[in-house]
Amino acid sequence: MSGPSTYVPKSAIGRWFESRLPVMGLMHSSFVSFPVPRNLNYMWTFGAILSFMLIAQIITGVVLAMHYIPSATEAFTSINDNIMRDVNYGWLIRYMHTNGASLFFLACYFHMLRGLYYGSYKAPRELLWIIGVVIYLLMVGTAFLGYVLPWGSMSFAGATVITSLVTAIPVVGVPIAHWLWGGFAIGGPTLTRFFSLHYLLPFVIAAMVGLHVWAVHVTGQNNPDGVEVQNAERDTVPFTPYATIKDLFAVAVWFILYAWLIFFIPNYLLDADNYNIANPLVTPAHVVPEWYLLPFYAILRAIPNKLMGVIALLASIVVLAFIPWLDRNPVKSAKYRPAYRLFFWVFVAICIGLGWIGSQEPNDTMSLVARILTAGYFGFFLVIMPVLSFTEKTKPVPVSIADAVLAKKPAAAA
Amino acid sequence: MAAATTIEAPNRRDFLFLATGAVGAVGVAALAWPFIDQMNPDASTLALSSIEVDIGAIPVGQIVTVKWRGGPVFVRHRTAKEIEEAQNVQLSELRDPQTDAQRVQKPEWLIVSGICTHLGCVPIGHEGKYEGWFCPCHGSMYDTSGRIRQGPAPLNLAVPEYKFLSDTKVKIG
Repeated sequence: MSGPSTYVPKSAIGRWFESRLPVMGLMHSSFVSFPVPRNLNYMWTFGAILSFMLIAQIITGVVLAMHYIPSATEAFTSINDNIMRDVNYGWLIRYMHTNGASLFFLACYFHMLRGLYYGSYKAPRELLWIIGVVIYLLMVGTAFLGYVLPWGSMSFAGATVITSLVTAIPVVGVPIAHWLWGGFAIGGPTLTRFFSLHYLLPFVIAAMVGLHVWAVHVTGQNNPDGVEVQNAERDTVPFTPYATIKDLFAVAVWFILYAWLIFFIPNYLLDADNYNIANPLVTPAHVVPEWYLLPFYAILRAIPNKLMGVIALLASIVVLAFIPWLDRNPVKSAKYRPAYRLFFWVFVAICIGLGWIGSQEPNDTMSLVARILTAGYFGFFLVIMPVLSFTEKTKPVPVSIADAVLAKKPAAAA
Repeated sequence: MAAATTIEAPNRRDFLFLATGAVGAVGVAALAWPFIDQMNPDASTLALSSIEVDIGAIPVGQIVTVKWRGGPVFVRHRTAKEIEEAQNVQLSELRDPQTDAQRVQKPEWLIVSGICTHLGCVPIGHEGKYEGWFCPCHGSMYDTSGRIRQGPAPLNLAVPEYKFLSDTKVKIG
């Protein structure tokens, strides 16, 4: 897809450097001359938005680590007294980091649903999709570890619930939990190791993002019509300026949302209970994770058996990695798959429904609805996708990207 | 193809290859263990393994939560009604069948771990359908013997090792 580099440095120093280490040529072929399908819509800007969110999280995180104390006795006050009140702009950087996590996930969900809608996981992009699932898993892990660090009562309850998932494993479950905790309950040793890993994982994510971007530059991007590029002249435009400017515009709009969260409602997405210091003898009356994990929490609670609940929770994420082989329909884009498009939106509604249930108090009615929606969640992947692979009557797909674009503007073409 | 079927005697290179591989495998395993074991509970954590609790001041009907090994333990001074309810349950009704007598040393004192056997939250006393404990996290309900009756938890609240030192003193652990 990325043709031979035509990059020739203008200066003598540039040529000297390029013949020894062709970094500038790599940047040029990846982000300047790289051919981009000419029909991309704004759903394709979330990759750039996610890159900026990752950078924002790493920069604010490194700064917060300069002031944060990972100790069971001091962590809570180092954030709520020291960082929030005493450190210059500490409040700003802390709110950027906590709300940044939320917006990172929001952008990630748009990005994933975009892939699901337009069939971006289909050949030849299976590996690209699987790397994305791995990045998502790492994001969930990092967010969970980070949520424990303020050492509030919800941090403590969340850490307890999630690490206790391993106790569902027969025989070795409890020793593994003690090993994870470094004690017989969550405590100081748990906090320090979580801090260490929370600092490590974002760099692992950055490395995986490198692979993700590499993979998309090998296969080229999918596009709203889901037909592959056939003629680079007719079907594509260069990354710079077309995609660069569009991405930067989308990032700017996204950052307006980010700034609004930080400056006007910085605690809207946080839990008031987490402003109480962790107390191992009391669990908050209503334990809920952050909004971005609520659907999975609802699936965990929907199953009335501990081990099966944990398996369902894991399966709900692992199933994503198998989508390239569950959906065998050769037509990629939902634009040309009316039945799949309908079920896609039902699936989105199911996810939102599960999220809402995850935020509610557990009772019999809620459990029943949660079970129905959990069946719907898995049904979409394990029943609807394989069945529609062979039975759906798809609409005719355009011959090429250029044909799809020009068909929309008959007057301009004439 | 005759050469391919000839079995050559092991030479010095084969020996070096196997010996290096064997030492390498043992070395990796020996080096991995310290990095795994460092995460287990350390000596200072293991040292805090028992506490003594004065139960003389706990009135009938009250539950006191004490901290043992970093987590909660419930000491419940049960009322006559609660003892009766706990004793009159058919074992066939229970998910994790245990008689009340197997779970207490003296019927008026129930001493159980305060860790929900589902995912480790601390249940709330005198709540739920059976008025034992109710876990706010995922809705597990325990009876007045700390046995699981409803919800996702698989097991009864654990009974820690304990001993009555006198009528008013208990050693837990």
